[in-house]
Amino acid sequence: MSKQYKLVSCIINGKPVEKMVDVRASLTDMLRDDYRLTSVKKGCEVGECGACNVIINGECFNSCIYLAVWAQGKEILTLEGLAGPNGELSDIQQAFMDEAAVQCGFCSPGFIMSAVEILEEKREIPDEEIRKRMSGHLCRCTGYENIFRAVKKTMLRRLGKEKEAEAV
Amino acid sequence: MYDIKALYEAESVEQAIRLLTEHPQAQIIAGGSDVLVQMREGKRAGKELVSIYGIDAMRGVSYEEDGAIRIGSLTSFSHITKDPIIQEHINVLGEAVDMVGGPQIRNIGTIGGNTCNGVTSADSASTLHAWDAIVEITGPEGVRRIPIHEFYIKAGTVDLRPGELQTAIIIPKAAYEGYFGHYIKYAMRNAMDIATTGCSVNVKLSPDKRIMEDVRIAYGVAGPVPLRAFKAEQAAKGKPAEAEYVKAFAQTVLEDIRPRDSWRASKAFRQHIAVVLAERALRKSIELAGGEIHE
Amino acid sequence: MYVGKNVTRVDARDKVLGRTKYTDDLCDKSAYIVRVLHSTIAHGRVISMDTSQAEEIPGVVGVFTCFDVRDTQYFPTAGHPWSTDPDHQDVADRRVLTEEVRFYGDDIAAVVAEDEVSAAQALRAIQVEYEEYPFVLDVQEAMKDGAPQLHKEYPNNILKHTTIRKGNYEKAIQEPGLTKVEGWYETPVVQHCHIENFICYAQMEGDRITVVSSTQIPHIVRRVVGQALGIGWGKVRVIKPYIGGGFGNKQDVLYEPLCAWLCRKLGGHLVKLDVPREETFVSNRVRHGIRSHIISWVRPDGTYAARKLEAFSDQGAYASHGHSIVAKGAGAFPQLYPCENVEVDAYTIFTNKSVAGAMRGYGIPQAMWAVECHTEDVAAKMGINPVKFRRQNVMPVGYMDPFSKNELYHDTFNQCLDKALEATDFERKYQEYQNQAGDIRKGIGLSLFWYNTAVWPISLETSSCRMVLNQDGSLQVQLGETEIGQGADTAYTQMTADVLGVPLEAVHVVSCQDTDVTPFGTGAYASRQTYTAGFAIRQTALLLRERILAYAHELTRMPPYNLDIVDGNIIRTTDGRVLMTLEELSTEALYSLTNSQHLSAESTSQIKSNAYSFGCTIAEVEVDIPMCKVRLLDIVNVHDAGTLINPALAEAQVHGGMSMGIGFGLSERLLFDQKTGRALNDNLLDYKLSTFMDHPRLRALFVENPEPTSAFGTKGLGEPPACSVAPAIRNAVYHATGVAVNDAPVNPHNLFRRFTEEGMFAGTGKGGFHHV
Repeated sequence: MSKQYKLVSCIINGKPVEKMVDVRASLTDMLRDDYRLTSVKKGCEVGECGACNVIINGECFNSCIYLAVWAQGKEILTLEGLAGPNGELSDIQQAFMDEAAVQCGFCSPGFIMSAVEILEEKREIPDEEIRKRMSGHLCRCTGYENIFRAVKKTMLRRLGKEKEAEAV
Repeated sequence: MYDIKALYEAESVEQAIRLLTEHPQAQIIAGGSDVLVQMREGKRAGKELVSIYGIDAMRGVSYEEDGAIRIGSLTSFSHITKDPIIQEHINVLGEAVDMVGGPQIRNIGTIGGNTCNGVTSADSASTLHAWDAIVEITGPEGVRRIPIHEFYIKAGTVDLRPGELQTAIIIPKAAYEGYFGHYIKYAMRNAMDIATTGCSVNVKLSPDKRIMEDVRIAYGVAGPVPLRAFKAEQAAKGKPAEAEYVKAFAQTVLEDIRPRDSWRASKAFRQHIAVVLAERALRKSIELAGGEIHE
Repeated sequence: MYVGKNVTRVDARDKVLGRTKYTDDLCDKSAYIVRVLHSTIAHGRVISMDTSQAEEIPGVVGVFTCFDVRDTQYFPTAGHPWSTDPDHQDVADRRVLTEEVRFYGDDIAAVVAEDEVSAAQALRAIQVEYEEYPFVLDVQEAMKDGAPQLHKEYPNNILKHTTIRKGNYEKAIQEPGLTKVEGWYETPVVQHCHIENFICYAQMEGDRITVVSSTQIPHIVRRVVGQALGIGWGKVRVIKPYIGGGFGNKQDVLYEPLCAWLCRKLGGHLVKLDVPREETFVSNRVRHGIRSHIISWVRPDGTYAARKLEAFSDQGAYASHGHSIVAKGAGAFPQLYPCENVEVDAYTIFTNKSVAGAMRGYGIPQAMWAVECHTEDVAAKMGINPVKFRRQNVMPVGYMDPFSKNELYHDTFNQCLDKALEATDFERKYQEYQNQAGDIRKGIGLSLFWYNTAVWPISLETSSCRMVLNQDGSLQVQLGETEIGQGADTAYTQMTADVLGVPLEAVHVVSCQDTDVTPFGTGAYASRQTYTAGFAIRQTALLLRERILAYAHELTRMPPYNLDIVDGNIIRTTDGRVLMTLEELSTEALYSLTNSQHLSAESTSQIKSNAYSFGCTIAEVEVDIPMCKVRLLDIVNVHDAGTLINPALAEAQVHGGMSMGIGFGLSERLLFDQKTGRALNDNLLDYKLSTFMDHPRLRALFVENPEPTSAFGTKGLGEPPACSVAPAIRNAVYHATGVAVNDAPVNPHNLFRRFTEEGMFAGTGKGGFHHV
């Protein structure tokens, strides 16, 4: 059986790209190996840890169990796509720094991308729902506590609730 | 990188049927959250795949002409939960599939995949059983519709013949009108888990809200495939919505269910939990139906 | 001053940008892929292996079996400092591949292929013929005469048995009026679950092998790879990039020797061994399950007359860290609640299970489970308030351990307790939750913990540091102590800046360690990084300061003792005048045509002290009895880790430890099939590590008593947060229901069994907890 390739055209971090991709590749493989987007991490390869999470057309997916060929025509966002053109951090990245929500950092890219999806809703989400929406990721360093703080504070700040954010 | 022998991508149901007929050894892949995991484990390694993930016509929730609710088999769990039709008539289904895995899994996982893999722990399956769902199957011979409990043949095997794929799940109007239900997933943690036991109950109360005109209950992981507890349903049907009857109903499920001992949970534990869940889910369903339980 | 401030982690920016490189991110794509073939029996011998089909698969480079390893040596794997005394060396019982199979998942062959799919296909194509032996999974069964023997050098599978004897137990229990309280307490096998699996890759440069590894102990890996391959340790270069968590699993040498050996077999070609999650659970390391038996003889006034502990520690199939784990816990027993008459027997037993090694807490979480569950049981039996009972018996201020010379300098236990009690409103809730009836009940429980930082005097404690000044007045700092996610580099940056008198931004701690250039150090373990490195940082910074000021003296003619470095400037202390910037000085020093100097300093501190690090947990729970479920409502840890270098990072460390403790107490357990010995739940779905939805807000509080033995007043905090959480939860469940669960975790399975035994479902059960 000769190897089967397919041309996959998509938008990654705002930039239209295309490459011949091995049809056996997962989206994690394609992003890491073909585009060198190494924020996309491998922690289990079966969709249980969330380290490979990316946003596809506005929704979060574990790229390890997503075939690369399905990316055809889609818009994909990875952590590398969040910072501004001069390396300016987005508010949620800054919050992860400020709240000491990062330790070993291996799960951080996946968590931040889930936070990005939630924050796009621009509404005040109750604590339990924040937890639920972030629950597709495992972390062994932080106990999730400071990640929770970073997400909630950013949500409140985006809603102009600076005082409430300080109290989180 | 997956050990895929060849990948065929279908863009329409017709094309999928043609590809499945041409490649009889091929495995259907919808969202892939089960198929790819099995492939990595080696169980399905080296297989050909027919991807139906790109068939957008199989996505979405709509009404059929007779008022039945039609859920395209590729509709993801998160889209079912957010769907206004589901929220209005069978919100419990949206709630049940909102307990599958975690958010990313709910974005990729499809209701068709969840039922076609034939596993007893599927969070959607007990609710679909409890709501008398009909499975629509499309194949070379055309379309056929069968009740969901007939669709499940045995653990891991469903009634899909060569060249066929599941295209929709339908909830008839008679099955949902006037019914209110609740699903309880019993798992070891509050996210990223599979059900130790899942219990879905719904009830139709009399206009005065005092009598349980109809009660339906189905379980996941109480047998090799999802199952209805018909004896328990009979025990409750026509009875007053009172604590005594709710308790009797819950005890009767032990005559219906067939859980087994496994390392995930003992039979005795599953039986105990099944009774607790039946009582709590029926109480909650009666409450949702506007009833009040008289102790 | 930066010590004591909430400085942002020095590596946080890169980490939130996604540009931090971990091992896999650095490996060139030309690497051959290695996969390990694991045994599918628990005990026996490989008789033969047919690799012919595997070798024919396109893309397969080579298949290497346990019959090919004659050019390798047996090696120890524990991340302990080497001992030049053969009696104190770790047991060398591993080889890169083994014919003798001792657990289900042992390493019997390795496949090397051009890609992962070919490698996986080749693994499935290998035919193995075994001679099977009976196996044993239970520690006490394994000790019996006639039980299957794992290692012929260790009769009855006893790796080691140590005792502690104090006073006269047998005589003491004759005292009239004593109450005997006895219990068996057990902790499960659990796994570290760092999110980055273990991974390494190897390549030869000249006649040397470079191994890049996700490890906590680069210098130890260098030594062990040298030992395994029988080559000079200097022929091995180990590089540690950023790592995605370790928690003790990576405080063992894992597959670096195998990877290095395969690389050499293949002419030095780049080979990568990336362990899948399932194999991380089974074939890396796990935490020792420990079964403990405690008997206490208590006087009517609530004091201890005599106490006894027997502890049976499940080593699994190979020695790894061995007896050190249960020995540490056994050592804590007579200290936490001192008593005149004590007998301790600690055993480490081989079983046909996954190999147990280091894991956060190093035996103390297991020991505290036994001791603090038992303490609660004793208080209940004696009808004494559990807080009062603990205060009455706990290690007093001024207590000194004659062996380690550790001393309790402050009233740490009472201070931590006071803080925790106040934060949780314990006494009020403790009264309020007594005598509950009904299906859903609340409870509140507490646990203390004992821990000591670092390993002296059992092993070597040494730290080396190098500081090199740049032209612009900034400097590189290198240390043998290792950043593994805990934030060590940030603490080192703060310490250096303070001692040297430079701005924080001027200090760059080189995080990536390379045994060719990084000063010698033994790595990250024993909660020792900040404590140990502190000595070398202070000493080296003072040395560099002296050199800088000597050079400043040359340039300014001011006597060095009238000079200082403040905020990156050379100042005259007599009037505070800035004479020059450090940038001006260092540029001049490097390029001077008359007196060129590269200003740097390097020094080693051998540390002959260690420090107690104590604290407590209070947990509040709600128990749904019919559902057999515990919901954690509130949890507070209070620690005295001495002076906090960075309070925000300290708090974050505590959160992580609490989370691990919550899993240990409520949900985690690696299960082994009794029929085959196979690990059943070797994945992140079936192994119940707690998720975002299983925690309440985690609260971390501190008491800061400066540690007098420490260079910066600080002491261990990496492991202590995981030590007291589980027994506090268990004691809260006991308080809520009156049902004591002595086998961790307090999960629905164990609750169902215990509630059934106590008649809780039959309506004949206990009406809740009731005593003083």
